[in-house]
Amino acid sequence: MSVNFGSKRVVTGAHYGLRDWMAQRATALLMALFTVVLLAQVLLTAGPITYAVWAGIFATQWMKTLTLVVILAMLYHVWVGMRDIWMDYVKPVGVRLALHLFTMVWLIACAGWAIQALWRL
Amino acid sequence: MTELKKKRPEFRNINAFTDLTTYRLPPAGWVSILHRVSGLLMFVLMPFIIWMFDKSISSELSFELLTSAFANGVSIYPGWFLKLVVLALIWGYLHHFTAGVRHLYMDATHAVTQEFGRSSAIVTLAIGLGLTVVLGAKLFGLY
Repeated sequence: MSVNFGSKRVVTGAHYGLRDWMAQRATALLMALFTVVLLAQVLLTAGPITYAVWAGIFATQWMKTLTLVVILAMLYHVWVGMRDIWMDYVKPVGVRLALHLFTMVWLIACAGWAIQALWRL
Repeated sequence: MTELKKKRPEFRNINAFTDLTTYRLPPAGWVSILHRVSGLLMFVLMPFIIWMFDKSISSELSFELLTSAFANGVSIYPGWFLKLVVLALIWGYLHHFTAGVRHLYMDATHAVTQEFGRSSAIVTLAIGLGLTVVLGAKLFGLY
């Protein structure tokens, strides 16, 4: 680890900037990949997309696992994006804090619902 | 201070009503702000997206409910309204996806020339709107 005490101590920033920036890109890549994988399965289906075909796509274990990871990736990705929006446009600290809390509750609730629906399959 | 210096306009805070109407954005600026707008749109409509996902995979019955919702409406929402909301989501996803790929490409290749910024922005806007028209026509049963 680099020296972070005495005269070398870094006293500014929370240091999650680069980590979140990387995470935003990594999760984006994963979601883009998921889009391609799902689209390929839909397009390669001969005939109409019935319930059995559609649910069958998500029912395989590898697809279920991939979808779960994508839901969690989306949770992180949207958190980074929404926090950026609030930080840019909302200056009063109290309002911003309230919006951050709302975003967390909203996203965790959404992720829970999506995983619940997925795991019922 | 000279007369010339005094008259230079200052943009300390952009006022949505007096400044934005005269503010001309370059294509890359449109891609950027629409990247935000589309992301916010999908964030706000996320419960609706998950509701559709839930209904579509839960059972044969709920799948039927979803298809009939788009044909005949559900609750207080008519079918055409659901289709309009989904059309907005389709555009939102396509634009966000394309603008995101543009971002990743620029990060990976350090493509930072002004000319590339402009041409790739125009391509991004065109892909988003063009595919929305194609998929929207399918959504509203034009083919």
